[in-house]
Amino acid sequence: MNFQTVVFYVLSAILIFASLRVITAKNPVHAALFLVLAFFTSAGHWLLMQAEFLAITLVLVYVGAVMVLFLFVVMMLDVNFEQLREGFWRNLPLAGTVALIMVGEMALILMSPEAQLSHYQAAAPLAADASNVKELGRQLYTTYLLPFELASVVLLVGMVAAIALTMRKRKDNKTVNPGLQVKVRRDDRVRLVKMDAEKKPAQPETADAAEQQA
Amino acid sequence: MLTLTHFLVLGAILFAISVLGIFLNRKNVIVLLMAIELMLLAVNFNFIAFSHYLSDTAGQIFVFFILTVAAAESAIGLAILVVLFRNLNTINVEDLGRLKG
Repeated sequence: MNFQTVVFYVLSAILIFASLRVITAKNPVHAALFLVLAFFTSAGHWLLMQAEFLAITLVLVYVGAVMVLFLFVVMMLDVNFEQLREGFWRNLPLAGTVALIMVGEMALILMSPEAQLSHYQAAAPLAADASNVKELGRQLYTTYLLPFELASVVLLVGMVAAIALTMRKRKDNKTVNPGLQVKVRRDDRVRLVKMDAEKKPAQPETADAAEQQA
Repeated sequence: MLTLTHFLVLGAILFAISVLGIFLNRKNVIVLLMAIELMLLAVNFNFIAFSHYLSDTAGQIFVFFILTVAAAESAIGLAILVVLFRNLNTINVEDLGRLKG
């Protein structure tokens, strides 16, 4: 058992423990933090498989952005999480059976000699100056250029959708819409009314005289 | 000696754990979203393992795109969650039967 295998088993144990805690933690904040641990450990696994760029991306994007977003939302919502856990263990027998069967089937297939997975040898260790990032970048900007740009569109749409969903008008907002102001015509504001000229009401003589004296 | 089987079985275990999580946390949307993230992680494990053992970087490119889509997905999912909580004051999945015909 060489060093890599030991590292693999240690990381796997941490990963499985962390993901089990993610789904069983009482407090969603703890679940989110264990998910961070799971992602971090996976980054270690990916480094074992010489996928340096993706390992770093996993830490940056998931731990740095997505999980912080999760934590924000979990802490922002004022929810009684105890109430959401009603009947939590009731489903365990069925769910556990299904999960165990899934793992068992996959393990049987993958571990059987018939699958001949042992034919695939690990890639030879790369040279010290070989760059995984450079290789991925070259492929992304040549072979996968169109999917790459589509991915950027997906991110843009995701950003717009997230903002559009959560934005709301403030009720005490007193600003005016400049567009509506510009659109106003003279006719909207001024109304000319055609009417007969009013006759001067008859003034009492005494008042008239008093004014003249003044 | 590490073989492809090690990583694939690990991916399968991770996937099964997240399926278990979806079964158990049927009411809590936040943990459901986290379980989906775990599932995507399991899928990424398989892609990277095959990429490493077949000496083909295409698998890593796939993982790159999956990460992109997963990030957008969780952003929109959490935005929907926030709107849901603002309007209904609950995130219990069982209270979300309004579209029931």
